[in-house]
Amino acid sequence: MQPFTTLTSTALPLRTENVDTDQIIPARYLTAVTQEGMGDGLFSWWRYARDGSPNPDFVLNQPQYQGSEILVAGRNFGIGSSREHAVWALTQYGFRAVISPAFADIFYNNSLKNGLLPIRLPEETVGRLLDLVEEVPHTRIAIDLPSQTVTLPDFDSGTAGDSEGSWSFDIDPFRKQCLLRGLDDLGYLLDKEEQISAFEAAASH
Amino acid sequence: MGKTLFEKIWDAHVIAEDEGAPAVLYIDAHLVHEVTSPQAFATLRERGLPVRRPDKTFATMDHAIPTRIGAVEIDWPDDAATQVRTLRQNCADFDVPLFDIEGDVQGIVHVIGPELGVTQPGMTIVCGDSHTSTHGAFGALAFGIGTSEVGHVLATQCLMQKQAKTFAINVEGALGHGVTAKDIILAIIAKNGAGGGVGYVFEYRGEAIRALDMASRMTICNMSIEGGARAGLIAPDETTFEYIKGRTYAPKGDAWDRAVAHWRTLKTDEDAVFDRALTLDASALEPMVTYGTNPGQGVPVTKHVPRVNDLEDPAERRSLQNALDYMGLAEGQPIEGQHVDIVFIGSCTNSRIEDLRAAAAIAKGRRVPNHVEALVVPGSKAVKAQAEAEGLDRIFSEAGFEWRGAGCSMCLAMNDDKAGEGKYVASTSNRNFMGRQGPGSRSLLMSPIMAAAAAVNGRVTDVREIL
Repeated sequence: MQPFTTLTSTALPLRTENVDTDQIIPARYLTAVTQEGMGDGLFSWWRYARDGSPNPDFVLNQPQYQGSEILVAGRNFGIGSSREHAVWALTQYGFRAVISPAFADIFYNNSLKNGLLPIRLPEETVGRLLDLVEEVPHTRIAIDLPSQTVTLPDFDSGTAGDSEGSWSFDIDPFRKQCLLRGLDDLGYLLDKEEQISAFEAAASH
Repeated sequence: MGKTLFEKIWDAHVIAEDEGAPAVLYIDAHLVHEVTSPQAFATLRERGLPVRRPDKTFATMDHAIPTRIGAVEIDWPDDAATQVRTLRQNCADFDVPLFDIEGDVQGIVHVIGPELGVTQPGMTIVCGDSHTSTHGAFGALAFGIGTSEVGHVLATQCLMQKQAKTFAINVEGALGHGVTAKDIILAIIAKNGAGGGVGYVFEYRGEAIRALDMASRMTICNMSIEGGARAGLIAPDETTFEYIKGRTYAPKGDAWDRAVAHWRTLKTDEDAVFDRALTLDASALEPMVTYGTNPGQGVPVTKHVPRVNDLEDPAERRSLQNALDYMGLAEGQPIEGQHVDIVFIGSCTNSRIEDLRAAAAIAKGRRVPNHVEALVVPGSKAVKAQAEAEGLDRIFSEAGFEWRGAGCSMCLAMNDDKAGEGKYVASTSNRNFMGRQGPGSRSLLMSPIMAAAAAVNGRVTDVREIL
């Protein structure tokens, strides 16, 4: 897993609530037996016209947002299907963090296992970030995982309409360490072999 | 203070909890299907790891496979055939039992687990599929996981998990005639929202829940995820034990008696406290229909599509406006009478024999109009065989429904069953997301009897008028 420490990037505004994983990656892309090729399917219903040409109205296709590594979205991002393909699609396209007021549980967990940082910020703050990024697309957002903060490096504090211009976010300390060091759960679980065997032996009696 | 059912199951499965780390949770049964497992098996190969407990792992194929009767594998789309071949190879290489489409047990993973008696009270059950919550109907802690976690469970039979909070959903009173389990869960989600359960495990309780058969309880728990919950639970009781007894993987003889004695302890203690609670009066419920693009956007069939200006929250207003634009519905229009083009009876929510019997009772002696395409897709080969033994296939065929083989079919548009652009689909499945049932398709979620009524009338109908 690619480690995550800090990231400064422009952001893509997706002012939509309840974005489900079928929207992030439709089921027809799930017929693959590898992880590859998901980036092309990202947001495919919205991104492409029915003839397969890019839909110029969709924010992902707009030139001012090209190269953004941060996605800012409405609440309940990632609801629905457990497909980890949704996270693979986002990371393969180039996103490294998603900011939303709320995430669905499975999507949130899947993100952490792939080095995609899901950041929960209050509804009001996300609303402000969306306004800002829509009005001034080249606005950069800086994410610092060690200090668990989101800031706006192009603004003096206060100009973003927030008293501090800096917001802190919560993350489970264990998950934070895994992200910082690029570690997945498997090594940790394999080290529990003794406890697992003891549990199984007790259960079989 | 006593414990909730969730806390009892959780505590019995935590094998380690290091300072500052999530709990290590032991998994009793792992269900595997062709779509979310190939990359997990690939991880095992890369790391040179075996499947730790193939005896606790059960595989089948359901999502990608065609369900047309007589569809032969050689004619399948390449990608579906490749996924199925990959699953066969993985199961052979790692000694995992596979309920293959060639055999007579195959079906939707959440239909065959209970059918085989794999699903038992007090277990932890996972699958790379969000509708794993279905198995909570037996008082098992069951939830969907991503493919990375599928790999973790294959390799270690364990998962790292943070303990969820508890949410009591009390459904008191008795359901009216023509009102079903599907209407209960759609009403709960309409009330609590598609994201209202995030971070929680639901426990469905109360008189109306106790009165339900296992198929109905599975319908409710199945859609817990649509309410945002990690899982849904119903405490096991005599109805549960009666269902499990004698099934292939059920305990036998003395082991059965010991199991039932233990299962009887699996209920929330009187003095346990839930983090949140919600109460519904079952007698006030009506058949539900969704009008929008998330399962929380549903109304009783006698009511109207909401008006944007009636909502206060700007995000909710935007969400409703987007949904109405996509669905081609007008705000304030009655949902009853909305025309339908396609009817889909099936999916892990509503494809069990009880669902098909109820739908057949409506279809019997009636006729689907020519402009409506109607499908009935049994959840498993066993359901299909049982339905055929009861003559349900003939009732459906005579009424103009197409009778199918077992699988996920039109629930998710990843096999050859896809609803066309702009088509209205009266569907017994669980998700009405944009494009879920095919590019541009418009899903109206409802119960099996409501879907059957919509099929024979060619429009959304209050099934109580024809019962």
